[in-house]
Amino acid sequence: MRRISFTVNGAAREVDVEPRELLVYVLRERLGLTGTNVGCDTSSCGSCTVLVSGESVKSCTMLGVQADGLDVTTIEGLATGGALHPVQQAFHEHHGLQCGFCTPGMVLASVSLLAETPSPSEAEIREALEGNLCRCTGYHNIVRAVQAAASA
Amino acid sequence: MAATEQRSYVGAPVPRKEDARLLTGQGTFVDNLSRPGMLHAVIVRSPHAHARIVGIDTSRAAAAEGVVAVYTGEDLKSEWQAGLPCFWPVSEDIVMPTHWPLALDKARYAGDGVAVVVAETRALAKDAAELVDVSYEVLPAVVDIEEALADGAPLVHDEAAGNRCYTWSLAAGEVEKEFADAAVTVSERYRQQRLIPAAMEPRALLVDVMPATGDVTVYSSTQIPHIMRTAFTLVLGIPEAKVRVVAPDVGGGFGSKVEVYAEDMIVVPIARRLGRPVKWVEERSEACLATIHGRDVVQHIELAATAEGKIRAVRVRLKAAMGSYLQAVTPGVPLLGAWLYGGCYDLAAYDFLCTGVFTTTTPTDAYRGAGRPEATYAIERAIDALARKVGKDPVEIRRLNFIEEFPFTLASGLEVDAGDFHAALDRALEILDYDTVRKEQAERRASGATRQLGVGFSTYIEMCGLAPSRILGALNYGGGGWESMSIRCLPTGTVQIVSGTTPHGQGHATTFAQIVADKLGVDFDDVEFLFGDTAVSPTGFDTYGSRSLPVGGVALWHASEKVVAKAKAIAAHTLEAAEDDLEYAGGRFAVRGTDRGMTVKECAFAAWHAHNLPDGMEPGLEAQHVYDPPNFSWPSGCHIALVEVDTQTGAVFLDRYVAVDDVGRVVNPLVVDGQVHGGIAQGVAQALWEEAVYDSDGNLATGSLLSYLVPSAAELPSYETDRTETPSPTNPLGVKGVGETGAIASTPAVINAVIDALAPYGITDMDMPASPERVWRALQEVAK
Repeated sequence: MRRISFTVNGAAREVDVEPRELLVYVLRERLGLTGTNVGCDTSSCGSCTVLVSGESVKSCTMLGVQADGLDVTTIEGLATGGALHPVQQAFHEHHGLQCGFCTPGMVLASVSLLAETPSPSEAEIREALEGNLCRCTGYHNIVRAVQAAASA
Repeated sequence: MAATEQRSYVGAPVPRKEDARLLTGQGTFVDNLSRPGMLHAVIVRSPHAHARIVGIDTSRAAAAEGVVAVYTGEDLKSEWQAGLPCFWPVSEDIVMPTHWPLALDKARYAGDGVAVVVAETRALAKDAAELVDVSYEVLPAVVDIEEALADGAPLVHDEAAGNRCYTWSLAAGEVEKEFADAAVTVSERYRQQRLIPAAMEPRALLVDVMPATGDVTVYSSTQIPHIMRTAFTLVLGIPEAKVRVVAPDVGGGFGSKVEVYAEDMIVVPIARRLGRPVKWVEERSEACLATIHGRDVVQHIELAATAEGKIRAVRVRLKAAMGSYLQAVTPGVPLLGAWLYGGCYDLAAYDFLCTGVFTTTTPTDAYRGAGRPEATYAIERAIDALARKVGKDPVEIRRLNFIEEFPFTLASGLEVDAGDFHAALDRALEILDYDTVRKEQAERRASGATRQLGVGFSTYIEMCGLAPSRILGALNYGGGGWESMSIRCLPTGTVQIVSGTTPHGQGHATTFAQIVADKLGVDFDDVEFLFGDTAVSPTGFDTYGSRSLPVGGVALWHASEKVVAKAKAIAAHTLEAAEDDLEYAGGRFAVRGTDRGMTVKECAFAAWHAHNLPDGMEPGLEAQHVYDPPNFSWPSGCHIALVEVDTQTGAVFLDRYVAVDDVGRVVNPLVVDGQVHGGIAQGVAQALWEEAVYDSDGNLATGSLLSYLVPSAAELPSYETDRTETPSPTNPLGVKGVGETGAIASTPAVINAVIDALAPYGITDMDMPASPERVWRALQEVAK
């Protein structure tokens, strides 16, 4: 076990982790942040996407120990003051989610995209979300939601 | 809002009730749940497609850190009163081999479970699973349907000679005569490749036990909590009243969770033996092996037609892979398409025959559309082949053959209640701007452009809303097709819906609340939706086959009528008026010609305190309705794909996708569009990318999301959708099913478009998926 200290959703956290433990399991099982879902075992689906220092990262591609000293935002930390983040709100209004399993990752990947590219074209949105799979929506309304959030 | 104001939630694009928790990470997916003292199970799976189990040494695993128990099939055999259930023995001749949850003698597909390790953590269970030493005698695999039927093929089950599971046929009219007299015939052979459903949430189970009472609670990522409850009694002999199945948030299903799986019947007995909660969560690469696959059918379709291209008869011969075992409805999947190989066309005669075939592969079962995408693909491709033969445009040949009067009895025997196929085609052509597209196509052809354009049509009809129980009985299906809904008006005015169907993304909570809010005149936000827990919702037939709205929603409508009728009696009594003198609007009963009245909410309160009810009336304002549909639901429409094919690389680009669907009256257009979009993506994926590939040894070569190509946003366009509407006269809401339409319609539209693009090269066939390699090879072949 190794102790790591990092910031999660704005709060300082210290936790003992196994060196082989992926960040996603540290978040889910050590910190109880189950909003971050696991949809595959090949870093293909993006369901486990979180923000690390503001950028989207598949949390199955990082070991927990690599998060030592960093700032992590999960879906639980996105809405502030009881109000949905504009991207969350746009997903709601544009029906950008159905079963909701890919949604935390999809929302955080979209937040990361809009931080880098505030007014993306449809092609840029589709390209940016390439690493996040959704089986329900056919992506149409996800793209609409990101477009709406960009102009919000 | 005044109580008398007429509201209408039905028809409005109301954003979903479900979203708030799912958007904020508060989803209750099974893997998010835990219990004190919970153990973790990991299944040891056969790496071989076909192998005799010579011996299993569990001693090293049992001694590993954190391991509580290791069990083989022999260890758990005494728990199983029967194998895993198949609910649909379709024919007299069907062979139904016993499907033990863990293989006892032989592994029959790569991924077949042979042992289970239970440990204090998931990681330790996984580590120990590596230490289970299984000795196998490897036997020859057989993965291809036609090879399985060939003489001398390895037998998957000794009792199934020639690997034949069943034959099933349906025939009507003078087929032989029609073919003999036909001026034109078409004979086509298509291959429905095997698909992996790939719901984003892999399967998961958490089993909680109460040793003192024998109560078992199963949290499961399932589409069918009620059917599962019954299955625990059938397989494990646990009294059904002792079993509670909870399907919390479920991360997609697409049919793959309409199952009773081996793990269900492994984890429950383990938890009972150990007296502790046990969780099992499937990994994705494990899901590729151990969760059902879809399709895998060889189709032979023949059309008999007049010289001008009027279809007179359709003859179909299917060879359908069952895989290694029969899961919940494996043999019945082809039957769900058996009435639809004539499509939306007016035929005189019809002949369908299906042979079910065992192979040493993962079992197949219902995957979005289940039988109907296969049927639609075959007829929609075959009618294009006919169009080529008689020299007609694909639009013209379809118009010539459309069924035009409703209700219409299909040559295959069932009655289509409503539709207007010309209207959907007209609208789709208008959106596409067909003439302009054909003009551009002609220009590219003339200039020999590298990227050729292709337009592909799919004018589909499907049957869903499963299903009239009597018809299911006639087809030898083991269960019914009704649905149960209850409405409970609480004393302070809020309302609960208790639903027998269980959502996994479809937006039931929203759609159903819209119906009830309108009927009872209450606020949408005052209607709560209870579902997915057999302790809360004791009765139901669950969610599959696009049945939730056309069966469950209609049950809900009837339950609302019952509530309103009782409220009316209470209002009349309270207001000292005759019921005939009451007018009901916006949730309020008004005494005609006066300002006196009473709302449903007020009736609910009066029904609760029961101080002054009519003589003999039971207190409380609630009602249940169980609805058995008199007919299937018949959505239809026209989908058009516009593709570009790069004739140098073989790459196919889906430029535009137009979908005009007739799903009857729409309760929530936002939700309906979402269903259509998702279905289109899955159907397009079958056409262009997805294929579960086995090597000749029976190894799944596409065993993860790296190699099984679920498309991302980058591969797909935005969809251009619209609707026509012929309300279903079968039900009072006028609704039809919508969950599978996109997946049913889209695959042939795309392949027809690819073939259309390649028409100048003389290419008339294309297997799926139409990968760059396949398209490139086809072009090289014709260039020779």
